[in-house]
Amino acid sequence: MLIVVMLAVFGIFFLIPEWTGVDPATMFAGKQSDAAALDGIRQKLGLDDPILVQLFDFFKGILAGRDYVSAGDTIHCSAPCFGYSFKTEQAIWPILADRLPVTLGLAVGAAVIWLVIGLTAGVVSALRRGTVWDRVTMGLALSGVSLPIYFTGLLSLAIFSYGLGLVSNEYTPVEESFPAWFSGMILPWLTLAFLFGAMYARLTRATMLEVMGEDYIRTARAKGVRESVVIRKHAMRSTMTPVITLLGVDLGALMGGAILTETTFSLPGLGQAVLKAISEKDLPLILGVTLITASAVVVANLVVDLLYGVIDPRVRLA
Amino acid sequence: MTELHKTGASAVGEPVADARPARSFLEVRDLQVHFPTEDGLVKSVDGLSFSLEKGKTLGIVGESGSGKSVTSLGIMGLHTVGQYGRKKAKLSGEIWLDGQELLSAEPDAVRKLRGREMAMIFQDPLSALHPYFTIGHQIVEAYRVHHDVDKKTAKKRAVELLDRVGIPQPDQRVNSYPHEFSGGMRQRAMIAMSLVNNPELLIADEPTTALDVTVQAQILDLIRDLQKEFGSAVIIITHDLGVVAELADDILVMYGGRCVEYGTAEQVFYEPQHPYTWGLLGSMPRVDRAQTERLIPVKGSPPSLINIPQGCAFNPRCPYADVPKGNVTRTERPELRDVGGGHQSACHMDQADRERIWTEEIAPKL
Repeated sequence: MLIVVMLAVFGIFFLIPEWTGVDPATMFAGKQSDAAALDGIRQKLGLDDPILVQLFDFFKGILAGRDYVSAGDTIHCSAPCFGYSFKTEQAIWPILADRLPVTLGLAVGAAVIWLVIGLTAGVVSALRRGTVWDRVTMGLALSGVSLPIYFTGLLSLAIFSYGLGLVSNEYTPVEESFPAWFSGMILPWLTLAFLFGAMYARLTRATMLEVMGEDYIRTARAKGVRESVVIRKHAMRSTMTPVITLLGVDLGALMGGAILTETTFSLPGLGQAVLKAISEKDLPLILGVTLITASAVVVANLVVDLLYGVIDPRVRLA
Repeated sequence: MTELHKTGASAVGEPVADARPARSFLEVRDLQVHFPTEDGLVKSVDGLSFSLEKGKTLGIVGESGSGKSVTSLGIMGLHTVGQYGRKKAKLSGEIWLDGQELLSAEPDAVRKLRGREMAMIFQDPLSALHPYFTIGHQIVEAYRVHHDVDKKTAKKRAVELLDRVGIPQPDQRVNSYPHEFSGGMRQRAMIAMSLVNNPELLIADEPTTALDVTVQAQILDLIRDLQKEFGSAVIIITHDLGVVAELADDILVMYGGRCVEYGTAEQVFYEPQHPYTWGLLGSMPRVDRAQTERLIPVKGSPPSLINIPQGCAFNPRCPYADVPKGNVTRTERPELRDVGGGHQSACHMDQADRERIWTEEIAPKL
């Protein structure tokens, strides 16, 4: 399955130049180059090779590195080689490797927050259905789902960073200073967590309400199990299944870059990189980020599938 | 002085008229279970009384929505737990279990009785068992809620009970999940779980409805054997008179949330006094009857529990509604009356009319 997804992505990215008339050689060389220079670049990038050969070279580059050769001039690109940016002529992988931790830190940090908030709010709302708490929480959740990141993000920046000066509005790499990194990440985390937490709260509430009506909940009560245990053990276990499914998809997708969040908070993550790459038609960089996203989604789904097995014994055999 | 205080304290909070102690092991007095809904008050159970001794089996019979299951959940105290934020069920009356009144008791005191003093077997064991936990885990949990023992001891007890209810290789099957069991095995496991604490009252809510016909008889046999062994009081709830015939000492026929006939199994089967019971008997398939004969259905559909018909709740469906003089069946609700030997029936017809109709019209067709 992993390979099929990867191949599909590749196919599209090799076909796009054909269909859109974006010539990689021209992109790479700049508009004022002469025909000889373009030919050199074509040869170097192997653009005239059959598409299968190109695909093979690309895979080989990722796994073992590759050499770009033309007219006695050799450039070695060590593994994992995703090629070179059209614009900056930098190797793609170091760019990705540089930005991946930012996006990863953003996604994982936000996920922890939204899981805690979303699950708590959802469970309590379900158990207090129809009360003031339920209405207020679900109202907040609705606004969380409907307000865009650039609104909540800018608002939080304006209040907590520029206004109150509580947190930083700049990104500091974690290896430089943990407190500074944390201070710069807290607003992006909360902003992203508000959006996702709202979705998780709604999902958790709906699932919990359904689960609490199940026969096996009644059985647990009939056994004399304390209500708190019925909720924590019997009901939560079942409620986790759809939450984990969603979490896998969301985390995977976020690894392609939380474009809005990263742009709003000027985080140098994958999202920002890919946004710039799209506007510049920097195909190798777009391809690189896409591959990261695709792999992240696949890996996240694999983890989810494995977790299913842990949670639900019925899927263990399948 | 202390004695006086004690008596004084216990009298507080109990209505004076109902302060008499229960004589039977289980005594339900004038039980009402009402659910407020947006469409009106649903009177699922409306004034039900019965009693049951240890070692005896009571069969509660009636069609869907007659209040059978609501009654059993009411005894178990399951209407009042987990009703977060929702409109709560309203229960009134008295439920005496072994000298203790349950409706006025602390919720946590009732919780401690659940599973230990009174246990329940549910209709569909597949949905009643948690799909994510092993059978053993669920039985162990039921045991450890009420017994302060380690997991190993509890598991030994679980294996012992699985063995007792006829599950082969119980020491291995104890680690299986519900979906790895067949329907009959699941119900056996459910029974094992309900018996793990030696409950004195066992309520079986349609225990065989979700099962294969071939397995039904086995499960009923099992329940009967276990009752003899454990000496518990059993309430068996069903719409299947065949099940009751197999097990019950006493039978209570419910219609529209009320009792319409109550007596020993012999009385109800051989001298039924209520037209609804006649209907149930007529609609019961029997192997000893010629196949060409058609079953006689009870015409119409169960009453709305929000707008229970005026007078006798059964009158719109009753073929004999016009037998009593005047309009009494449509205006006055019939009370339960003793028709001899503790046999009770709620019907406006005279005993003579009832006996004539039974012997001349109904019995010959059965």
